[in-house]
Amino acid sequence: MRPDPDARLTGMPDDSRETRLYRRMRFIRRFEETLLSLFEEGALNGTTHACVGQEADCVAVIEHLRPGDHIFSNHRCHGHYLAWTGDAAGLLAEVMGKPGGVVGGIGGSQHLCAPGFKSNGILGGTLPAAAGIALAMKLSGDDAISTVFMGDGAWGEGVVYETMNMASLWALPLLVVVENNGYSQSTPIRLNMAGDIATRFAAFGIETAHIDSTDVLEIDAAAAQQVAAVRTERRPRGLIIDTYRLCHHSKSDDNRPEEEIAERWTVEPLVVHGRRLPDDVRGRVDDEVEAAISEIVARERAA
Amino acid sequence: MLVRELNAALHHFLETDPRVVVLGEDIADPYGGAFKVTRGLTTAYPDRVITTPVSEAGMVGVAAGLAMSGYRPIVEIMFGDFVTLAFDQVVNHVTKYPAMYGGRVTCPVIVRVPSGGHRGYGPTHSQSLEKHFLGVPGLLVVAASPFHDPRTILGQLLQRDEPVIYVEHKLLYAEPIIRPAGGRIGEAIGREAASPGQLPTVSLSFVEADDCTATVLAYGYTALLAMRALEELAIEEEVFAELVVPAQLAPMDWGPVLESVDRTGSLVTVEEGMAGWSWGTQAAADVGASRFGRLRRPVSVVASGPGVIPSSREQERRVLVGVEQIKDAVREASR
Repeated sequence: MRPDPDARLTGMPDDSRETRLYRRMRFIRRFEETLLSLFEEGALNGTTHACVGQEADCVAVIEHLRPGDHIFSNHRCHGHYLAWTGDAAGLLAEVMGKPGGVVGGIGGSQHLCAPGFKSNGILGGTLPAAAGIALAMKLSGDDAISTVFMGDGAWGEGVVYETMNMASLWALPLLVVVENNGYSQSTPIRLNMAGDIATRFAAFGIETAHIDSTDVLEIDAAAAQQVAAVRTERRPRGLIIDTYRLCHHSKSDDNRPEEEIAERWTVEPLVVHGRRLPDDVRGRVDDEVEAAISEIVARERAA
Repeated sequence: MLVRELNAALHHFLETDPRVVVLGEDIADPYGGAFKVTRGLTTAYPDRVITTPVSEAGMVGVAAGLAMSGYRPIVEIMFGDFVTLAFDQVVNHVTKYPAMYGGRVTCPVIVRVPSGGHRGYGPTHSQSLEKHFLGVPGLLVVAASPFHDPRTILGQLLQRDEPVIYVEHKLLYAEPIIRPAGGRIGEAIGREAASPGQLPTVSLSFVEADDCTATVLAYGYTALLAMRALEELAIEEEVFAELVVPAQLAPMDWGPVLESVDRTGSLVTVEEGMAGWSWGTQAAADVGASRFGRLRRPVSVVASGPGVIPSSREQERRVLVGVEQIKDAVREASR
């Protein structure tokens, strides 16, 4: 058994809801930035796909899931994993390739597994498995839901459409969360997508909420509604979140215009939501997150 | 008949095991599936037998999700040729999950693939594509045969945690199952043996095994062809060989094969799939390596010709492995 997650990362008992959301986003941000600097110093093996800039999606959606639900994530899975489990030590050990990692160092950054959580780096191929988990929930007759995170790029895969069709046809409790960050690795969406995402859901009779926001509270409200609808209606729903990835796709593969990235740093989730917190509270949370992550890094480096 | 026995086996396991779910295209009654293996299932078990859209990757992926949730999905690919559409799901999902998650999940999906030619269905509805799945880590490739009880085999597979490709040659559907009994298999002398933890392998011959001068390794429909070839050779030419028929093609239980080869000193493999980079070539490598210097001659690999499988009866016959081709190889190997 893993030790309980550090409350300094996942939420202190006296946190207001706004503070809790900020803390959890800050946790994911600093974890990802820490990984990137560990990569730069050569302490990590392989690759990683950081979700810097997309933390609000992870935190807001997963706030509304509960034990018994299931999350299927993709290559950019750290934020989802940390929001669900709080297990920073296990993930760091996994990316470091240590036996104490989430899956013993076999899976690495994009192949994680924990109770109620799985991820795979093959885009789109995770959707039917998430639908199969939803079908199992339907057959078992409980009120759990299956959630799958995908990006805009995965819409190029045919099996996504096969899954939309089956999920709607069979009324599966499946929530498809699309984190549309506008780029499929290096390729902007205008070069690889005709039409749009929302009408693709509509074509299969799947009701969808579409939000263009990096504000965790706005996404939280939309997610609450969609999660509740899937849970009660026992039908699939979509949630499209237009967002932005502030870091490169994986490592050193970013050729987007600098002005575009700089502009997005002014509306990133921590800036947008951080304004709502008094300076002293925000400063204290930042310090607590920093301390907790430093301790974990020191421990895992020594392990 | 294999088709009735498979159908009865599916009814049986749906009845006795609430974890079993059956998915496939056109399997709903009254049609009951392209080859009628699934006839009656949607009527008897409407919740757990689901006719699917034409989405092979999707249905195998859905099966993966079911399997990781504790169910035992059995997927029918209408024609085995279409299993290529699910190749990514098998290679990068179904078999990967248990391995890449360090054993934290199992994904016991059984994919049934009606395969093979001799029906004039042409290039995309006649193939035996199982060789492309041989050697996928964590995957069992199993073939229905004229000599293995399908309920027993399926029952054993449902007890195991590995995903499975289960090959059913279309021409076997109308053939009886000839079960080993009392030291005989039909007209032949024969028996069934299994190494611990392995599916059974059947061995048969028309004289005592010690009097055989070649071993023939075959599975599925070619096992039936090989038996006919050996019977004709025994009666007409007094050439005697032992036929070894495994249920499981990969990973391979070489024990019963080596036991026979050590008696006969010669091996012929037979498969309907296209020649090259195949089950037989792997057998040649493995048996050759472990019995180097003890075989009288190189392993002979009999397989179908290269290129597409033509629709015309005469052209198809020339491409696919037949009895004459097996007899030629066995004559040569017996010397």
